[in-house]
Amino acid sequence: MSNEETIRILLADDDKEDRADFLEAFDGLKIKTTIETVKDGIELVNYLQSPSAVIPDLLFLDLNMPKKSGLDCLIEIKQMQFLNDLTVVIYSTSSSEKDIEDTFLNGANIYLKKPSDLAVLRKTLLHVLTVNWQYNTSGLNRDNYMLQL
Amino acid sequence: MIYYLKYDTLTICKQLVNKLFQKNGLSYSLINLNEVDINRSLSEETLSTLRSQLNEYGVEIISSQKSILVQKIKEAIIELVNQEDKLILSKTSQHLSKKLNQSYRFLSGVFSEVTYSTIENYIILQKIEKAKELISTGEFTFAEVSWKLNYSSAAHFSMQFKNTTGLTPTQFKKIIIRRRVNAIENAAH
Repeated sequence: MSNEETIRILLADDDKEDRADFLEAFDGLKIKTTIETVKDGIELVNYLQSPSAVIPDLLFLDLNMPKKSGLDCLIEIKQMQFLNDLTVVIYSTSSSEKDIEDTFLNGANIYLKKPSDLAVLRKTLLHVLTVNWQYNTSGLNRDNYMLQL
Repeated sequence: MIYYLKYDTLTICKQLVNKLFQKNGLSYSLINLNEVDINRSLSEETLSTLRSQLNEYGVEIISSQKSILVQKIKEAIIELVNQEDKLILSKTSQHLSKKLNQSYRFLSGVFSEVTYSTIENYIILQKIEKAKELISTGEFTFAEVSWKLNYSSAAHFSMQFKNTTGLTPTQFKKIIIRRRVNAIENAAH
């Protein structure tokens, strides 16, 4: 990763503690990031569609959200052309095979099961950022961009 | 009816560079796909315009020496992985060292510094990417894919695929096929 670039991250998660843990995990990382959070699916879609929106590099999307589920958001997002290069990371407590497969089928790039340990979360997030940067800088085929952690 | 597109990236890139440089009235010669010799020095303004035009197509002008070297290492690795003959990876360090005229230790150091990752990891990444392409065509069995990429066995290939992506080749293939089926079904409505 370039030392000058700041990676823009958006987290959609209805759980206040999970949002806090996420922010804390990024605190220790040596890579520059800016993090925005939204707390449900409708807020997410509105955020991405607002005219002044700065499209993030990565979206971390919780599956279980009220008002609009993560999966519904994913399907909607994948229909928006201007979000084609947005890397979607499903960030979920679920490890159901079906959930995982459904999200990849609908265009998610990374499936990340929420770790319970902050140190593990930090390490995993760093890995996600590294892989994502490789995809962006190495001309790899985004259609095959699938990673399960 | 679904058609499979195969891209000749070399031609695409050459044509793109040709069109853009002509548009800017620049006379140039290609040393290779990644190095272009322009017959004069560019003004800041021209360079800036050219840079943003190229950026639109995902092409970057790289200036830092270390970044340039990393790019060359990556190109050399991609070339190795994509060659038609069976990939001989045990000699990669020698191959890279010889091709780029630097010790492997030096190359490793620069690569790690710039990318926060290692040459070895990058090689694995490219091999797995190639495996994904081969699997997506539906033309090869996993045994054939593992052979092409010089894995000692299909089991070893599966293991590295799973370690790298978190999915088994079977899971990956299933998703690719189901996505295509879904796309066909959606198009039919």
